[in-house]
Amino acid sequence: MTDTAMAATALGKRFGRRGGWALRDCTFRLPAGRVCAVVGPNGAGKSTLLALAAGLLAPSEGRVTVLGTDPASARARVGYVAQDKPLYPQLSVAETLRVGADLNPGRWDAETAERIVSAGDLDPRKKIRALSGGQRTRVALALALGKRPELLLLDEPMADLDPLARHELMGTLMARAAQYGTTIVMSSHVVAELEDSCDHLLLVGGGRVRLAGEIDDLLAAHTRVSTATGSTVPTPMDGSPDGAPGGLPELAPHTVVESRVTGRQLTALVRPAGPLPDDWRTSAPSLEELVLAYLRNPQAAPLTPAEPEEAAV
Amino acid sequence: MVEYRIDRHSGVATYVQIVQQTKQALRLGVLQAGDKLPTAREVVEATAINPNTVLKAYRELERDGLVEARRGVGTFVRRGLNTTPADSPLRAELDAWAVRAREAALDRDDVAALFTAVLDEHFAVPEDPDGRTDRFSRTDRPDGPVRHSRTDMQDRHDRHDLNPGDPS
Repeated sequence: MTDTAMAATALGKRFGRRGGWALRDCTFRLPAGRVCAVVGPNGAGKSTLLALAAGLLAPSEGRVTVLGTDPASARARVGYVAQDKPLYPQLSVAETLRVGADLNPGRWDAETAERIVSAGDLDPRKKIRALSGGQRTRVALALALGKRPELLLLDEPMADLDPLARHELMGTLMARAAQYGTTIVMSSHVVAELEDSCDHLLLVGGGRVRLAGEIDDLLAAHTRVSTATGSTVPTPMDGSPDGAPGGLPELAPHTVVESRVTGRQLTALVRPAGPLPDDWRTSAPSLEELVLAYLRNPQAAPLTPAEPEEAAV
Repeated sequence: MVEYRIDRHSGVATYVQIVQQTKQALRLGVLQAGDKLPTAREVVEATAINPNTVLKAYRELERDGLVEARRGVGTFVRRGLNTTPADSPLRAELDAWAVRAREAALDRDDVAALFTAVLDEHFAVPEDPDGRTDRFSRTDRPDGPVRHSRTDMQDRHDRHDLNPGDPS
């Protein structure tokens, strides 16, 4: 047993020898038992990251470990649902679940799998090819959960689901995490969809990890500030003409993610490096604001924890 | 058994909502000493929130001495909260005061502001343990209307797809 569900060190993936990097310099550690959101714009590298963790892609550089071992050795303990929910179209729902049982001897939880399928009012005799996208997602999740995985990797699991099914299946996933301590990693480009369910965040953008850590810690590390321009630092004394009337407040010691001047007001999202001046108004950002600020500002310094501890292999 | 209702847009952190709703149930007598709170599993299955959020709320209730966790059995109510019955003299006095306030031509907001001011004078403002009640707050934008008109458009766009241009 290890307390690390997933760890990457300088992980990178490039498609084709001359192709661009889909993912690069990816270093993070996900503790076991977390529900982790992998968030980022389309083409950011989310699916590549999940496929690397599932062992379906080999890294071009660096390495990734899951459940304390390499992805191939961990496969029996990992559930993975790809974005396109690949299933055999010619099989019926019931046959698909039997395949799950046959392929996972000793692990298969038929009751859970059948409960998920029947909650969607699916006729077990219906062929997979006759199902809607959302119904197929339900069967794919039933297969993945029926396997009793210790780590569940879900690529855009909620995209095809109607709001009711989304809530119900998210509840099922959370119940799983509560009861068995299952680690769940799920990607989405809609932050709002994940913010109540996840406690850990990986923000991927431009093939790199921009933010990694506990959501509470990440939020606590950032502050939204607003202040009148010229309120903090007087115009430079050397008399050099300064473009901003009254001089801009000094943000320098703090890491600035985003800043904007409107009229006489400066607003910014910063990672404070020390106490902030008393005359600055501060407030806590929401998760969505935080994520959007980083995505709008690709040059903002990433915040990822130091080197992950080497997972025991 | 209490059932939690999570309002994502209230601006109140989810765990605080659970704490508040539990306390409310204790005040109203819906929950009484010896009652069992729903398990984290039951709460998250119904609400789709993160299990740690429920545990955080229960820990806070435990710190306040309102509930106790019995290992492997569940979380149980230790004591109710001071309740003020509907027919108490205090309520009658408040009622009479509200009548006078209305006669003095105060409107609802005036009364609420007055009441809050007096409340703050006599009772300490409850401190959030983390000092971060507004984890997902969408209110209190200090940056005012300029930013607001921007985000209106931006939000609609972003909710569909977080792709504000090429990030690389």
